[in-house]
Amino acid sequence: MTDSKSILDQYSWNTVQTQIYDTTDQDVRHVLAKDNLTLDDFKVLISPAAAPYLELMAQKTQQITQRRFGKTIQLYAPLYLSNECQNICTYCGFSMDNKIKRKTLSNTELLLEAMALKAMGINHILLVSGEANKTVEINYFLNAIQLLKPHFSQISIEVQPLEEFEYRLLQAAGVYAILVYQETYHREVYRQYHPKGKKSNFDYRLDTPDRIGRAGIHKIGLGVLLGLEDWRIDSFFTAAHIAYLQKQYWQTRYSISFPRLRPATGSVEPNFHLADKDLLQLICAYRLWNENLEISISTRENETFRNHIIPIGVTTMSAASKTNPGGYVVDPQALEQFEVSDERDMETIKNQIRKMGYAPVMKDWETNYAGIIR
Amino acid sequence: MSNLHIADRIFESRLFLGTGKFGDLNEMNRAIQASASQLVTVALKRIDQTSSDDNLFSALDLNAFHLLPNTSGARTAEEAVLAAQLAREALETNWVKLEIHPDPRYLLPDPIETLRATESLAKLGFVVMPYIHADPVLCKRLENAGTAVVMPLGAPIGSNKGLRTLDFLEIIIEESNVPVVIDAGIGAPSDAAKAMEIGADAVLVNTAIAVSNHPVQMAEAFKEAVIAGRKAFEAGLGKVETHAVGSSPLTSFLFD
Repeated sequence: MTDSKSILDQYSWNTVQTQIYDTTDQDVRHVLAKDNLTLDDFKVLISPAAAPYLELMAQKTQQITQRRFGKTIQLYAPLYLSNECQNICTYCGFSMDNKIKRKTLSNTELLLEAMALKAMGINHILLVSGEANKTVEINYFLNAIQLLKPHFSQISIEVQPLEEFEYRLLQAAGVYAILVYQETYHREVYRQYHPKGKKSNFDYRLDTPDRIGRAGIHKIGLGVLLGLEDWRIDSFFTAAHIAYLQKQYWQTRYSISFPRLRPATGSVEPNFHLADKDLLQLICAYRLWNENLEISISTRENETFRNHIIPIGVTTMSAASKTNPGGYVVDPQALEQFEVSDERDMETIKNQIRKMGYAPVMKDWETNYAGIIR
Repeated sequence: MSNLHIADRIFESRLFLGTGKFGDLNEMNRAIQASASQLVTVALKRIDQTSSDDNLFSALDLNAFHLLPNTSGARTAEEAVLAAQLAREALETNWVKLEIHPDPRYLLPDPIETLRATESLAKLGFVVMPYIHADPVLCKRLENAGTAVVMPLGAPIGSNKGLRTLDFLEIIIEESNVPVVIDAGIGAPSDAAKAMEIGADAVLVNTAIAVSNHPVQMAEAFKEAVIAGRKAFEAGLGKVETHAVGSSPLTSFLFD
């Protein structure tokens, strides 16, 4: 059977690394003159050799994105359900070995948080949890979705990898998108960062988008945690993963996120630094390679970067986020997953988007579209 | 210039507009006004009747034109039918632009689901305006299913590539018993004029206006191009001769 693992096993980390760092100026100019770009071209655009062409890449990125997505930015906010977790991820605030009080929202608390988000004008939400497979599992998620569905137009989730039948249940319940990040595509490094818990199974995580795709979910979000390994090589593997998935699950939309390692309780320092100019190069490379990819920027990034990135390839932004369960009203002191960098409120973000000549979009979905089974 | 009849409505303008992709909703309204369009489509998924802030729907001046809800986002006939019903309830219109594009990359329409949905919606009393490939046979099948118009694409949505399907559009226009509205791909006023010159009944334009640096001026340009193209069609365009007409005709001996 073709699956993500068999596709990605075709690529060797070291070979890709050599190819990226051996890219020449001539290669870059050749790719920038092309219209339809391949994965090999993407490799060229994320190379150090492409860095001098960043302005040109940004100009082309803006043009392509406006044509495909218009001058609009979709806004959403995360709603953290729980910080219980049975994994040890050495970079994450929720890591099991952080001896801090844990919290999982009750029905009442969930609705209180939801109402706070509604009051901010939020219509698209992302439900997030740690990985506590006994307590915060499919039934907990289905209950949460049932409670929230009347209040939001679009519900997406970012939780532990699940089984295909569970994804089918989520699709039927009205979930729009599922986000699952591989963290890193480097097998050995992945093992070092995830020594314990179900998440330590690299291959199970790698094949998760296949299970989501087969379940018919409308959108899959992918990404790597930038800072664990060399972002250039990890990003090539991410793109190769997306290229395979797009052909295999052709009715699914794909989005890419760029979580950069942020300070969190008990967390490690990043091994690899990703500067703002690198992140911008990466965003442009994704857009030039793939015109249809949705590109999401979270509040991990700072105000200045977020302000300027609005007209350069981004399609979706989170705003006014809290990364702890109960963070909006119920329990603002609860343990957070990471420190938010851009803390501005929703109105300020909307005004900033307008100032850049773009329209903030609060609703672009009908929950009724999900869950219709023939 | 003649008027366009669709179902029970009469349109003086043969330019229909989309509302996606605009960066400024006030500017969108001014562009619609400048276009003189009388039919404007809006995605049901973007309609929010509970909030007035940042809301595409509340920004629209509904006195100036008819609203045409579309089913963008639907992947199957069932989803599209449900969307049309929700739109009918919310907007009090039985007109629907049927968009079923399960391929989120190029937003290409699914002919099978579109035909199934058209059959259902026509039976439910909708005025159905389906977005389709430039497929002449599908157009006849949709006619049989009770469609109000056909809306074949000129090129992929948002591509601005113009009338890449020209040969098939000409066949559709020749064969159709319902109005033909060319949708998607029209990137320049000259594309719109060309569509009208070959006998299309109307065109639908969105990206070329919304993403322009000056949407209001571009809307006006499209308005004028559509009028010019239609007038030329009605006047009867001179045939393009590929060779000179001989001054010594071969058949003149018959009349000597």
